[in-house]
Amino acid sequence: MLALIPLLPFAGFLVNATIGSRLSKAVSGGLATAVMVVSFLIAALQVNALFGMAPESRQITQTLFTWITSGDFSLDLAFRLDALSAVMVLVITGIGSLIHIYSTSYMHEETDPEYARYFSYLNLFVSFMLVLVLGSNVLVMFVGWEGVGLCSYLLIGYYYEKKSASDAANKAFIVNRIGDYAFILGSLLMVVTVGSLDFVTIAQTVKTMPAEVGFGALSLITLLLFIGATGKSAQIPLYVWLPDAMEGPTPVSALIHAATMVTAGVYMIGRNAVLFEHAPITLGIVAVVGAATALLAGTIGLVQNDIKRVLAYSTVSQLGYMFLAMGVGAFGAGIFHLFTHAFFKALLFLGSGAVIHALHGEQDIRRMGGLSKHLPITYWTFLVGSVAIAGVPPLAGFFSKDEILFETFRHGHTILWVVGVLTSLLTATYMFRLVFLTFHGEERFAMANGGHAPAHGQAAAHGHAADDHGHGGHGGGHLHDAPPAMATALIALAIGSIVAGWIGIPHALGGHNGLGTWLEPAFTASNCGAPVTSGELAGFAIENCAPGTEPALASFTQTAEQVQPGAGPAEEAHDAPAGEEHDEVALERTLMGVSTLIAFTGIGLAFFLWQKNRHIPEQLARQFSGVHQLLLNKYYVDEVYDAAIVQPIKVVSTEGLWKVIDVKVIDGVVNGAGYVVGGLSAGLRLLQTGSVKSYAAGTFLGAVSILAYYFWR
Amino acid sequence: MSIGHYLVLSGLLFSVGAAGVFLRRNLITLLLSVEIMLNAVNLAFVAFGRQLGTVDGQIITFFVMTVAAAEAAVGLALVIGLFRHRESLNPEAFTSLKW
Repeated sequence: MLALIPLLPFAGFLVNATIGSRLSKAVSGGLATAVMVVSFLIAALQVNALFGMAPESRQITQTLFTWITSGDFSLDLAFRLDALSAVMVLVITGIGSLIHIYSTSYMHEETDPEYARYFSYLNLFVSFMLVLVLGSNVLVMFVGWEGVGLCSYLLIGYYYEKKSASDAANKAFIVNRIGDYAFILGSLLMVVTVGSLDFVTIAQTVKTMPAEVGFGALSLITLLLFIGATGKSAQIPLYVWLPDAMEGPTPVSALIHAATMVTAGVYMIGRNAVLFEHAPITLGIVAVVGAATALLAGTIGLVQNDIKRVLAYSTVSQLGYMFLAMGVGAFGAGIFHLFTHAFFKALLFLGSGAVIHALHGEQDIRRMGGLSKHLPITYWTFLVGSVAIAGVPPLAGFFSKDEILFETFRHGHTILWVVGVLTSLLTATYMFRLVFLTFHGEERFAMANGGHAPAHGQAAAHGHAADDHGHGGHGGGHLHDAPPAMATALIALAIGSIVAGWIGIPHALGGHNGLGTWLEPAFTASNCGAPVTSGELAGFAIENCAPGTEPALASFTQTAEQVQPGAGPAEEAHDAPAGEEHDEVALERTLMGVSTLIAFTGIGLAFFLWQKNRHIPEQLARQFSGVHQLLLNKYYVDEVYDAAIVQPIKVVSTEGLWKVIDVKVIDGVVNGAGYVVGGLSAGLRLLQTGSVKSYAAGTFLGAVSILAYYFWR
Repeated sequence: MSIGHYLVLSGLLFSVGAAGVFLRRNLITLLLSVEIMLNAVNLAFVAFGRQLGTVDGQIITFFVMTVAAAEAAVGLALVIGLFRHRESLNPEAFTSLKW
């Protein structure tokens, strides 16, 4: 049953890849969407079965066959559904289905074969992504890990005739290779050190070890795995591919580069939570890298003018948040944010796709504005997504982001917390800058100012299927709002963006942190009887056993007044009973108040700067033109990488490897081998005279010498 | 007559045959010399067989004679073929079978 979840999309891929070019759009798109929906239903059934089990033994494993046996090392091709992968599977198939539905409409201008190609890639991607999250060991995960990388490459380069798209695809692929190389090294080291690649076995084995004090094997393994994660999940220093990946079709950005694939790194750390807990140094690095990425990408996002690039940097920034959570040991909070982020970021990307679709390929927010009355569905759903990501209660982003910030603060990382709060402010600001510039203010797009031609030229330049299909009211500057299929996906995701956070309402607000409790066994190797004592790790102390620490809060929850999730954090601050947990709850509520304040400050700032006083940002940009240029050019990271890595490699390859090593050394060795053999043969050839008598003499002498040897030996 | 005598004779015959193979310049003489060498070996086998009181030596001698007969037939046929080709029986005339 479990294997069917990834196999169904794979079947969809096979059909669309082989005979898809002869199918009509309705058939190929419908099939691709249908397999996704069925896959989602099966996944839901399986997760439902998981619900019925005891929390400690919640897992379903399906072993297909033994893949590798070598000595006492053996590896199964097996799928495992547990609390953690259940969350991921539901996100992938659920949001994946919505994005497929959206795509059927978004891609309708493509020709039949191109349309089928698109959906075959999309199905293949989902299939590999499901293998990644369902894999019961590192190697199966790696198969999915590489597969999604391949599909990412194929889909970024979907408009392969456009140079920038194929360049972006190459960039994504190559940058990911660096991470994947580290991932392989980490896995191999894991085989050597731990002796197994099965996640459960690893966790059980590592659990019995003491946490590493210095930088030992476990730290090295986890660090290598984390480098793999920085590639896949776009963290410093390998984040550079993600903004360029926006060359792909927008639904692809939503599915792969926002909701699913880029979160694979976060998932991988969550999957190996026990391992990472035992490597405090790596965890520290993860937290710092995450926080740094969040801040860096947030600042870049503030000045970008391409609607999708702003969202891309926002994604990098939010992924940084997730890694920050993982790094401080709040694995549940990280996965929670992954879950909520999947909803609102997919929504935002799809919303931007609807805008781009309506404007025929226009992506520059400087040429938008005032779209709210033309595209009401897109506007309202986009607004919901923006409010959710900004962290306004009670929408999804608030709960997850707040949990991360709270955990960061609680574990004593004040600096990281400040960085997180700052990023939170940036997030709210750049998201609402996007909202105001796109949907409010004067209309700056060409279509309304008369003439359809400029927008058309833009469409061609962006490779977005220069469409000549009759949009009835062109002349009047009429814009189409999202067609039904796209609107369905937008509205469904908007609802998700509102409610997704409610599964993890913290105890401090009268919730049960349902998701955290649900996930806990997955991070502690399902055995809370003997928790690992990692308490001596100052600063990285991790509560290994939720039941051990949470009951106090749980009992408090029962006495506390049940509040609506929408209620403000301050409302029930008086009901908390005295005691240590009181401080904790009070702290959490204070922090919530702070982050809510921050969110509104960010929104207000954006309103002030880009809605009320449009001249101020321009003034600021002029006044601080150095900083502005630095941000606009993304800190020149691409240029630095080009100068520091790409060019040296090119020079070494051309001048050294090609002209010296290849031409002189390798060709020399090969040709030299030929000359040597030729010379020796010329000598040996003299022995073959053709004369029978000389052969007979040779045979005779040979026989005599052998006899002589045995005789006088 | 001890076995030594037989072996000395056998050795002499073998040497005569080998000398013939190396020194003579006629293909038919070469074949004859080979036959002499084979018969020298036969003699040694029979002598040993008698010495050891078994029939093994005699049996293998019959094998050798059979093979020698076949070899002579094939060899002579080749010689005739070669002669028709080159009008010569000198083995040094047939050295073109090389690289």
